[in-house]
Amino acid sequence: MQVKITVNGQPREDAVEPRMLLVHYLRDVAGLTGTHVGCETTLCGACTILMNGQAVKSCTMLAVQADGAKLTTIEGLAKNGQLHPLQEGFWEKHGLQCGFCTPGMIMAAVDLLSRNKNPSDEEIRHALEGNLCRCTGYQHIVEAVQYAAHKMR
Amino acid sequence: MAALPKFIGQPIRRREDPRLITGEGTYVDDVKLAGMLHAALMRSPYAHAKISSVDLSAARKHPGVICALSGEDLAGRLPSLPCVAPAQNVPEHPALARGKVRYVGDAVAIVVATDPYTARDAIDLITADFDPLPAVVDAEKALQPGAPLIHENFGTNLAAKAEMTPPGFDKAMSEADKTLKFRLVNQRLTPTMMEPRGVVAHWEHGYKQLTLWSSTQIPHLLRSQLADMLKLGENKIRVIAPEVGGGFGAKLNVYAEEALLGYLAMELDRPIKWIETRRENMAATTHGRGHVTYVEVGFKNDGAITAIKAKFFCDMGAYLQLLTPAIPSFTALMVPGCYRVGALAFEQNLIFTNKMATDAYRGAGRPEACYLIERTMDMVAAELGMDPVQVRRKNFIPKDAFPFTTAAGLQYDSGDYEGALNKALAMVGYDKLRTEQAAARQQGRYLGIGVSTYVEICGIGPSALLPPKLKGGGWESATVRVEPDSKVTVLTGVSPHGQGQETSFAQIAADALGIDIDDINVLHGDTAIVQYGIGTFGSRATALGGTALVMALGKVQEKMKTIASRLMEVPPQQLIFTNRTIALASDPSKSIPLQKVVEAAYGYKQPIPGVEPGLDASAFFEPSGCTFPFGTHIAVVEVDPQTGAVKFLRYVAVDDCGKIINPLLVDGQLQGGIAQGLGQALYEETVYDENGQLVTASLMDYAIPKAQMVPAIEMANTVTPTNLNPLGVKGVGEAGTIGSTPCVANAVMDALKPFGIRHIDMPLKPEKIWRAIQEAKQAKKG
Amino acid sequence: MFPATFEYHRAHSVKDALALLKRFGQDAKLLSGGHSLLPMMKLRLAQPAHLIDIGAVGELAQIAEEGGKVVIGAGVTHQQIADSALVRGKLQALAEAAAQIGDVQVRNRGTLGGSLAHADPAADYPAAVLALEGEVKLEGAQGTRTVKAQDFFVDLLTTAMNPDEILRQVSFSPIAVGTGCAYLKRPQPASGFALVGVAALVSLGRDGSCEKVRVGVTGLGSKAFRAAGVESALAGKKPEANAIAAAAAHAADGIDCLSDIHASADFRAELARVYTRRAIEKALERCAR
Repeated sequence: MQVKITVNGQPREDAVEPRMLLVHYLRDVAGLTGTHVGCETTLCGACTILMNGQAVKSCTMLAVQADGAKLTTIEGLAKNGQLHPLQEGFWEKHGLQCGFCTPGMIMAAVDLLSRNKNPSDEEIRHALEGNLCRCTGYQHIVEAVQYAAHKMR
Repeated sequence: MAALPKFIGQPIRRREDPRLITGEGTYVDDVKLAGMLHAALMRSPYAHAKISSVDLSAARKHPGVICALSGEDLAGRLPSLPCVAPAQNVPEHPALARGKVRYVGDAVAIVVATDPYTARDAIDLITADFDPLPAVVDAEKALQPGAPLIHENFGTNLAAKAEMTPPGFDKAMSEADKTLKFRLVNQRLTPTMMEPRGVVAHWEHGYKQLTLWSSTQIPHLLRSQLADMLKLGENKIRVIAPEVGGGFGAKLNVYAEEALLGYLAMELDRPIKWIETRRENMAATTHGRGHVTYVEVGFKNDGAITAIKAKFFCDMGAYLQLLTPAIPSFTALMVPGCYRVGALAFEQNLIFTNKMATDAYRGAGRPEACYLIERTMDMVAAELGMDPVQVRRKNFIPKDAFPFTTAAGLQYDSGDYEGALNKALAMVGYDKLRTEQAAARQQGRYLGIGVSTYVEICGIGPSALLPPKLKGGGWESATVRVEPDSKVTVLTGVSPHGQGQETSFAQIAADALGIDIDDINVLHGDTAIVQYGIGTFGSRATALGGTALVMALGKVQEKMKTIASRLMEVPPQQLIFTNRTIALASDPSKSIPLQKVVEAAYGYKQPIPGVEPGLDASAFFEPSGCTFPFGTHIAVVEVDPQTGAVKFLRYVAVDDCGKIINPLLVDGQLQGGIAQGLGQALYEETVYDENGQLVTASLMDYAIPKAQMVPAIEMANTVTPTNLNPLGVKGVGEAGTIGSTPCVANAVMDALKPFGIRHIDMPLKPEKIWRAIQEAKQAKKG
Repeated sequence: MFPATFEYHRAHSVKDALALLKRFGQDAKLLSGGHSLLPMMKLRLAQPAHLIDIGAVGELAQIAEEGGKVVIGAGVTHQQIADSALVRGKLQALAEAAAQIGDVQVRNRGTLGGSLAHADPAADYPAAVLALEGEVKLEGAQGTRTVKAQDFFVDLLTTAMNPDEILRQVSFSPIAVGTGCAYLKRPQPASGFALVGVAALVSLGRDGSCEKVRVGVTGLGSKAFRAAGVESALAGKKPEANAIAAAAAHAADGIDCLSDIHASADFRAELARVYTRRAIEKALERCAR
């Protein structure tokens, strides 16, 4: 089936099998491997991207469901070589170790900061409940999001 | 040019991060090769069954399927998977099950197809017939007469037994005023690194070379074992550990899929990828812990511990993976903790069960020991009506007693346990907290304060402590290469996967050579690039790999000083490295730019007669002993007696890992470790039902901590260097996990003290707590 | 992780969807946000031959006030419900249930209709829809019909819907002055589903007694249910602590409680009692305002 999807500002048109998951479309068709697959049950959040500005788990969507949508992946977050404040925050505050959850974690945080410009630590932890990290214990991630929130205000 | 700062000790942000925060890191699943095929495995749905037949014909006929193989097809073609640790009974461990399956998830067949969807489709086309056999799930029951045998040829489910009762033990126990006996369960855990395992194998026929990308912590050790299995020279296998998305010990192994992919890539002469699904990861990647321990402790009325006896039943699972039987030995060795325990006796039974193999998992034996001794301290305190802190103080090894040989025979390098304890008590305001707790109890609120004073063992060496079959000792390696433009390449034998050595090792090298960290590139995880190394596990990377780096840097420095002394006409021993120059220590204004020395070394300007061209050096550091980091953790929790829910109010961690290269990385290791440790205390448990079905088969049922379940941790350090390495570092990768589990358990038990509850086994789920409260209330009434 | 093959059909209207449903019958499944169905398909626990995508059907995606009712289309997402000022103001327990489903990514995709039609025994919505006495509008080849929430949940993963029907919308009477409602939940720590979730609605009469009490419970049994014993025990009583506790004690009456590694049947029952009491107390706090 033919789909038209805009990925990181680039309109694409591709033929996909209906059963192809969106995350496989991004990784294998669009060649954007920054979006990761960490579980099968819509829990870990490693595959989180933005669809029309909202965080979604791309492992629990078919590519055909994104027909006509505008997607942003981790690769599309930095603009003109300038890191997004959240990317900067994760770097400054050591918000990542193995880095596998990081793209999804950052994209979920983008969604949060688009809704709440001044989140409390507790609100950040709540907003990231759909993203699992096994390395950091989340503390530096919370600090990273606060860094970005501060910078974006 | 501005003067360069010193980098060691600074919170330098990581040099790994730019690629990872932009999605440009390459994990195994990101590796794509032309013509690459995809593998999928059919796994046993039974814990224990005879394989009557495996019919692959329909799968083989499916369009897009290139090959399908069962265990019988591989007989005689791929040898047993390796277990390098010694054990009395080491079973044959075929990559694909033959004759019997022995745990849910045991691989039965492999399919290779043109894409992963087709490979998965083909799995559904396999018809396999099994005759189910009774399963043994409980390690203690597995030793009872009449228990089904998992490996009939041994005539027992005992893999190995180890015992130690030193002379004088009975006397020590008899000198006790009181004794306590209790049973502790250190439950089985699923490591749950965020990136499941994965392998890509590529056979270059013309070169007769196999390249294998694997999400592993031990690229070189894996290469050695694969060379044996695949009958290739070690110089014809290249193992690459690209970005590795967490390991926690579960990627310190040699797995069936690594051997299978290597074998099939050669057979089919096509590149093949296999990526583990999460359910496979839960079922067929090694688990951790899984001990039942019967403890007997003797103590004086003042709290002094005279003797401890521990009898362990350790759940090995159905097969022995790379180091499975070695893990419990670290538990036995660390039972005394940071205390002058009078005498220690132990018995360890290593037992086969119809479950996935256990093996290293963050802490690997030490968390079990720490839990044992730290719960014991609280049990003794409760029995004597003493403050748990006082019991600990009574038994601490004093700071002037190091090096200290413990009741288990280990020599601890250095420590100041009182120092860390005092700092933590001050931070948390211990005395005031106890007053608040008493007041809260009056109001029917159940606050608990838990303390653990942990010590652990890191940087395991010398080499004699490691099994010869591992083909790698307790050492670590490094190469330093100053390139012709003065940029520096560091090759390290450790294989970081989140620990940040690309940054911390650059800090070490930059300070040694007086250059900027941006001029240093740290490479690792590729056996074709890096000299043989051991890898990253056991909190060893900086203590051992960092020291090897210091040694290699020393060799390079010597050569550069020799050259500089010839150019400057001053004695080499008067020279230092500073600010991109080599300078006279007594007068740094008399200096020569590093670049001039490098040019001379490479002979393109001013070659120095008699000095061998080039500027690189390798070093292998063989440690003379292990390091022993320690600390004090204090948790404050509140228990809701109506629902059994546990809420964190505070968490204070004071850790001492010796000297600190990068405090940001140390904090990160500790915070992550603490989250994992409290996960064991409160949430995590790998559950098999009585038939050996894996109940925690996905993240829907296995609870790893989410952001809201982890408290903000108040952190501080004390610094007690080791003298076993020139950096004075001890290791920090597992400390948080080791210290936090008993700390949280002790806090919950302390909260439940008014009910007269002494102990509940982990994980301290709300239901267990609620039930214990109900039973305690009933008992009071009755 | 890799769904089996199926044929994909995109519906542009409810009429479209109904025609496709009629054509493919039992072999077809409706796909809206996909957050109940796709996880099952990824594990191959569901392998429908045909998927009818109603995600783009605009007429299902509205929240509106119509004839004194709040009407929520089946395709409205959890996050839209959680964020809706109308729902938060007039159906607070529903907004609270929506806000506690899964995580933000799930809430951005999952839909009210998808969740209700799936009828997971641990889903959050059913408790709130029961307590708020929602009415489910179903549309099929034979026309439309309305099913009361109480009659909608039939059994484990089973609803009153016929295979050729589509869930169109759910309508609610907004809560009146002097009425409060709340949804409280104990999540299962791994999945985030409700170990137990309780929605309570209480109206206070002029004399200060509980005029109307509605309690919906999820997670406890094979389907969400109205805790009739609680409702009748508290109705007409003054909302005093003892009366509330005595009423809440009936929360699990007559229920064959689920039991799994996360909570045994009797612990679930106890949680239901505790959370029922707490939900009633919270609803009462809101009556006062």
